[in-house]
Amino acid sequence: MLNIEAISQGSKRALARAITWVENDQPEAAQLMKALHGQTGRAFSVGITGPPGAGKSSLVNWMVKLWRRQGLRVAVIAVDPTSPFTGGAILGDRIRMADLTMDDGVFIRSMGSRGRLGGIAAQTFAVGKLMDAAGYDIVVIETVGVGQSEVEIVEWADATVLVMVPGLGDDIQAIKAGILEIGDVIAVNKADRDGSDKLVAELEMMLSLAGPRDWRPPIVKTEGTTGAGVEQLVAAIADFRGYFQASRLGEERRRGRIRREIVSMVGQRIDRLLEQTVAGLSGWERLVDGCLAGTDDPLSVAERLLVEMGIGRKIRQPDTIDRP
Amino acid sequence: MAKIRVLIAKPGLDGHDRGAKVIARGLRDAGFEVIYTGLRHTPEEIAETALQEDVQVVGLSLLSGAHNTLFPKVVNLLREKGLSDVLVIGGGVIPDDDIPGLKAAGVAAVFTPGTPISEIVGFISSNVKC
Ligand SMILES: Nc1nc2c(ncn2[C@@H]2O[C@H](COP(=O)(O)OP(=O)(O)OP(=O)(O)O)[C@@H](O)[C@H]2O)c(=O)[nH]1
Ligand SMILES: [Mg+2]
Repeated sequence: MLNIEAISQGSKRALARAITWVENDQPEAAQLMKALHGQTGRAFSVGITGPPGAGKSSLVNWMVKLWRRQGLRVAVIAVDPTSPFTGGAILGDRIRMADLTMDDGVFIRSMGSRGRLGGIAAQTFAVGKLMDAAGYDIVVIETVGVGQSEVEIVEWADATVLVMVPGLGDDIQAIKAGILEIGDVIAVNKADRDGSDKLVAELEMMLSLAGPRDWRPPIVKTEGTTGAGVEQLVAAIADFRGYFQASRLGEERRRGRIRREIVSMVGQRIDRLLEQTVAGLSGWERLVDGCLAGTDDPLSVAERLLVEMGIGRKIRQPDTIDRP
Repeated sequence: MAKIRVLIAKPGLDGHDRGAKVIARGLRDAGFEVIYTGLRHTPEEIAETALQEDVQVVGLSLLSGAHNTLFPKVVNLLREKGLSDVLVIGGGVIPDDDIPGLKAAGVAAVFTPGTPISEIVGFISSNVKC
């Protein structure tokens, strides 16, 4: 049962179940996403990323409380890495968000990054759309900023908060270089620790070196343990939101996201079609034999497979397809 | 692809979560997604978390001796929320004499200290439709 009504009326149970469908890529999910699209686009999405243990969840806990005081309803997606060896995961972000569990205006969902067809980013975004349709004003997405896929997740958000901490040593250099691309607002957390002023100065310098831009990411010092600075952090996000809505950036990001959404869905279906085509091929091993013996070659086999999939001829004339 | 999701929660006031963490890791290694929420949660919080996370299993771990009231309370709250399909299992220091009563109250299984993780994994795998 799709229960679109229940989702838009704010039933947490209906929302939770729908998220599971999307996560598991169940057939109900496709129907639901089509039906709900028209009710989305109201929520403002905020991605939170940064190194493991930086204090992201602790900050989210405080931020959500402040947004709640402004009368906003908030949904949180907390993504933790799935073990590539076992497929299992420990999802522990809720430990720091325990205060929020009984708040009617808050919904929290933990997700493992899994090995997702079509990528984790697209699927996390789909979950965010469900929350949007359910009437949440803000959708927060927390991911560990280590791998490419995690960084990609926040690229789908309207705003990105990068959480940095002092004293991480050289590993952080790579992330620092990345801030120019991903952080709309930067939190220097664990400001109670030595080195936070130095980190702020370093980050300011890097931003200056990058030259003038329409939006210069503000740097805010925070403490996830006490909540100090979180009011300023929330204010900085609100400033960014103002800029996002007043400038062309907002529309650009949202258009870019729809393009990516479409492309990733096509990619996902092609992947599945390929899997099915290969699985249904009686002579698959014979084709491999031919390549092994040198009487056939992988590229020719690939082209024949594309024809088998029904997209072979079109792919050879990419110029007739409008590029995104 | 569907995955078994398990909430591991500690109701009550005891401050020890080593056992719960060992179980959480064991279940992760078996390929489950384990939502771990830390110490000292009320039955209401546990039931609400189970609802939002849409888990198939709730594992309750308790050392403080209040299992006879807290475990059935969680079972009842889950039922009230329409989550009677959720499998509730319990662990911790629980006297054998209490186990029949807990089962009658809707706790599907009770695992006392020393139970191999594989037994818990086996129980979950064969009792959850996924
Ligand atoms: N000293 C200090 N510790 C903090 C601060 N903020 C968070 N912590 C601690 O840092 C640890 C990690 O905090 P989390 O909020 O779980 O960090 P996270 O970035 O969400 O961690 P992952 O999701 O595991 O990557 C906890 O023990 C927090 O109490 C802070 O401002 N100062
Ligand atoms: Mg976290």
